[in-house]
Amino acid sequence: MISQPDAGGHFGPYGGRYVPEVLMSPLEELEITYAEARQDPKFQEELDDLYKNFAGRPTPLYHAKRLSEAVGGAKIYLKREDLLHTGAHKINNALGQALLAKRMGKKRIIAETGAGQHGVATASVCALFGLDCTIYMGEEDMRRQKLNVFRMRLMGANVQAVTIGSRTLKDAISEAMRDWVTNVSTTHYLLGSALGSHPYPMMVRDFHRVIGVETKRQILEAEGRNPDAIFACVGGGSNAIGIFHPFIEDDAVRLVGVEAGGRGMELGNHAARFSGGSPGVLQGTRSYLLQDDDGQVSLTHSVSAGLDYASVGPEHAWLHDRQRAEYCSCSDKEALEAAVMLSRTEGIIPALESAHGVWEAIRQAPAYPGQVFVVNLSGRGDKDIDIYRENLKELDAE
Amino acid sequence: MTRIGKLFEKLQAEKRCGMIVYLTAGDPTPEATPGFVAALERGGADLIELGVPFSDPIADGPVIQKAGDRALKAGTTVAKVLEIAAAIRKTSEIPILLFTYLNPVIKYGFEKLAADAKAVGIDGCLLTDASVEEAEAYVAPMRAAGLDTVFLVAPTSSARRLKLVAEYSSGFVYMVSRTGITGEQQTLSDSALPLIERMREQTKLPLAMGFGISKPEHVAELKHHVEAVVIGSAIVRQIEEDSTQLEAFLRRLAAPLHTAAIS
Repeated sequence: MISQPDAGGHFGPYGGRYVPEVLMSPLEELEITYAEARQDPKFQEELDDLYKNFAGRPTPLYHAKRLSEAVGGAKIYLKREDLLHTGAHKINNALGQALLAKRMGKKRIIAETGAGQHGVATASVCALFGLDCTIYMGEEDMRRQKLNVFRMRLMGANVQAVTIGSRTLKDAISEAMRDWVTNVSTTHYLLGSALGSHPYPMMVRDFHRVIGVETKRQILEAEGRNPDAIFACVGGGSNAIGIFHPFIEDDAVRLVGVEAGGRGMELGNHAARFSGGSPGVLQGTRSYLLQDDDGQVSLTHSVSAGLDYASVGPEHAWLHDRQRAEYCSCSDKEALEAAVMLSRTEGIIPALESAHGVWEAIRQAPAYPGQVFVVNLSGRGDKDIDIYRENLKELDAE
Repeated sequence: MTRIGKLFEKLQAEKRCGMIVYLTAGDPTPEATPGFVAALERGGADLIELGVPFSDPIADGPVIQKAGDRALKAGTTVAKVLEIAAAIRKTSEIPILLFTYLNPVIKYGFEKLAADAKAVGIDGCLLTDASVEEAEAYVAPMRAAGLDTVFLVAPTSSARRLKLVAEYSSGFVYMVSRTGITGEQQTLSDSALPLIERMREQTKLPLAMGFGISKPEHVAELKHHVEAVVIGSAIVRQIEEDSTQLEAFLRRLAAPLHTAAIS
């Protein structure tokens, strides 16, 4: 089963291009530039060099022995995207799009960020290439992710607080789109997830596919075969689609996406689009969407800013409907538990986003002895230390 | 032909440039809107764009965003806006164009909206984020119900896209004067006139221009070039600040349209 969008960027009934007319021409320009770059061996060479020497690829596929023993059952491997430069998988896409911006002669970059990981990756590549950088971030997320705000500013980015709506990722995307509409001739919108209008979902996926390609090679070396299941958290879904995509045609490999269950399954308390949402159009694409009966987009909640979004990448919607991938959710509390367990058994503090994927793997592991699981550990937990401290007050005692 | 088509025939016969006015329905309450529309009609509005609020209005500036928030808080839905339109129709024959984003309309249903909008006397619809590429499912039921579908063109639109938009549009074509979101500007964008010229090569449909038009001088300059001008944020701001002066406010803005016939 090959998963590619049609010429209009549709994954089955999802995806497409739903934007004000002003943005149609720049999207077409981006699509053409990307198509040319893909055919250009020099582009791929330059990107590979940056992946290796700037970002730190390939990342290890690590057998988490003590974690596996602690939970029993399946053998759990971690794909260590948390070890990449800037602390998460986001750098893969930021590097790719920055090279495209250079190709298009755009000197100004804008981006949205939720947890701040995409913002930090974008600020880093802008410093690297000498590009002017503005990051839109919800005021609420700036509060939750102070450390990342400072990291971005340290690398020269202008971080703009977004004070509209829920003051989280969705509103940051809206503000970035408004900026792009206004400054379209000079500016590239470096979108950070496999979301938005064509070609973004396909292009962002392609830049993260390296995660799955490496995993396939590494698990073959370690186990002589494919894994039985792959787990990844799904906000917009970029780390998940990156590791899933090279395995989509391997029907025996279960692909498991983990959404944010937040604090409960009532609308407004979570970001589980597949169990609580229905198809709709938000921010340029058609996908599953948390919305009310009148088509207004719902508020969402997750302890993890990076998963706190009302819609999901359109290719995930298509994988969901074809039942090629399974989607489930993990609550705030469960994610925190998983983070503690991984910290204690392996000495690895995960990002709260990634902890959602870890939780589902350790939940399922006892039922699958003899199987091989891979978890995409998409980011590290440094940025979440304040949240961990708030929730683990006993550790702060004198 | 809808009231929109008839309006542009009348404007042509009178050699006059029309005044299109946007307001967010339900701001600050659904009950207030019909009264505002009546004041705007007395103040010189020829066509009303009735905005349906959406939670994530990516093409709108702060003035219209805030109006949408107020309207949503007051319980304004697509169904409610249809009731508002029906109330306006009791006393007025002014052409009404429904103006919103796709998602509320998808949720309501294209077929159902086409039927219900026609029934309450709405004349057409414009969806800001419906690109012509994705518009087939929406355009077909609207046209079948006898409603106009208006689309936007922008200074960034290529000749190919201008042609495509002209094919999907009926009633008129809405020209966005500049790259950017809705909001008031000091001067007209340099990109406005070249866009009008390029669009004339593609279509015989009437052209209306909006985005950033907020002063009598803008109106005076544009009236020689387009069949109608659109005013939005300036009106929405006036409603927010002092709705009792709405009629007088629009009359001042529209004054240049009545000082001399178009040559």
